[in-house]
Amino acid sequence: MTFSIDGSDFIHAGEASSGAKKALTKLGVKAPVVKRAAIAMYEAELNTVIHAGGGSAEVDIYPDHVLIRVTDHGPGIPDVRLAMQEGWSTAPEAAREMGFGAGMGLPNIKKQSDELLIETEPGRGTTVTIRINFTV
Amino acid sequence: MILKDCIKVLEAQVAVSVPDLEMDIQVACGADLMSDVMAFACASNEMLLTGLVNPQAIRTAEMMDVKVVVFVRGKQPGEAVLELARQMGICVLTTPLPMFTACGVLYSHGVLGKGG
Ligand SMILES: Nc1ncnc2c1ncn2[C@@H]1O[C@H](COP(=O)(O)OP(=O)(O)OP(=O)(O)O)[C@@H](O)[C@H]1O
Ligand SMILES: [Mg+2]
Repeated sequence: MTFSIDGSDFIHAGEASSGAKKALTKLGVKAPVVKRAAIAMYEAELNTVIHAGGGSAEVDIYPDHVLIRVTDHGPGIPDVRLAMQEGWSTAPEAAREMGFGAGMGLPNIKKQSDELLIETEPGRGTTVTIRINFTV
Repeated sequence: MILKDCIKVLEAQVAVSVPDLEMDIQVACGADLMSDVMAFACASNEMLLTGLVNPQAIRTAEMMDVKVVVFVRGKQPGEAVLELARQMGICVLTTPLPMFTACGVLYSHGVLGKGG
């Protein structure tokens, strides 16, 4: 499944994750696993909207896991180690007023996922790949 | 505490109703930053209290399987928020109580936070 992520406002942010959540539920994936996938993908989706002007998501479902790949062509992440720290955020004030910028998104993704890969290049963009296993 | 009683002690208005007003609310969380809410994800998060009135509060509830969103301090959600909640089958309440008081009232009636 491929989703495009509109980066122009916060109204539509989350629609891709919502679609993926429905699809996983329909396929009979267990609710706690769907919840982990939904939270991780939603955080990644929001990051493209807040930090990178939107992007796209690819969700591939296998018999025992799901791979979620969220890609943007934004500014990239200069220091991934720093970005992974709880509380670290460069979110602009406008984003904070919308309820973002706790600096908890990437740590949340890490916590919910079985594997997390962040590929990023300054000035070119970021791809976040999340693997969620179906076994609890 | 069942939802109907939560509504009473919160002095809340029901902005979006759900069929099951008897559902048991065991765990709640209160925060204004959505990633703080998601950091709190556990097996059962039934209620989210927040001062953040925008569609992302409902989206966050949707991802976390939260069934009830309470907007505190008398904040009134707009139509976009209500419409999304209706689509998702999420109950929306508004309470005049500020965040601390709203959480305190629920806690004193036996609703717990994550980890008791
Ligand atoms: N897709 C991205 N493109 C560019 N920078 C990013 C991207 N994702 C994350 N970052 C950088 O990493 C930081 C930490 O991200 P994280 O998701 O943990 O927190 P946040 O988005 O700032 O706040 P929160 O997720 O809690 O609302 C961001 O503030 C930003 O500097
Ligand atoms: Mg984030």
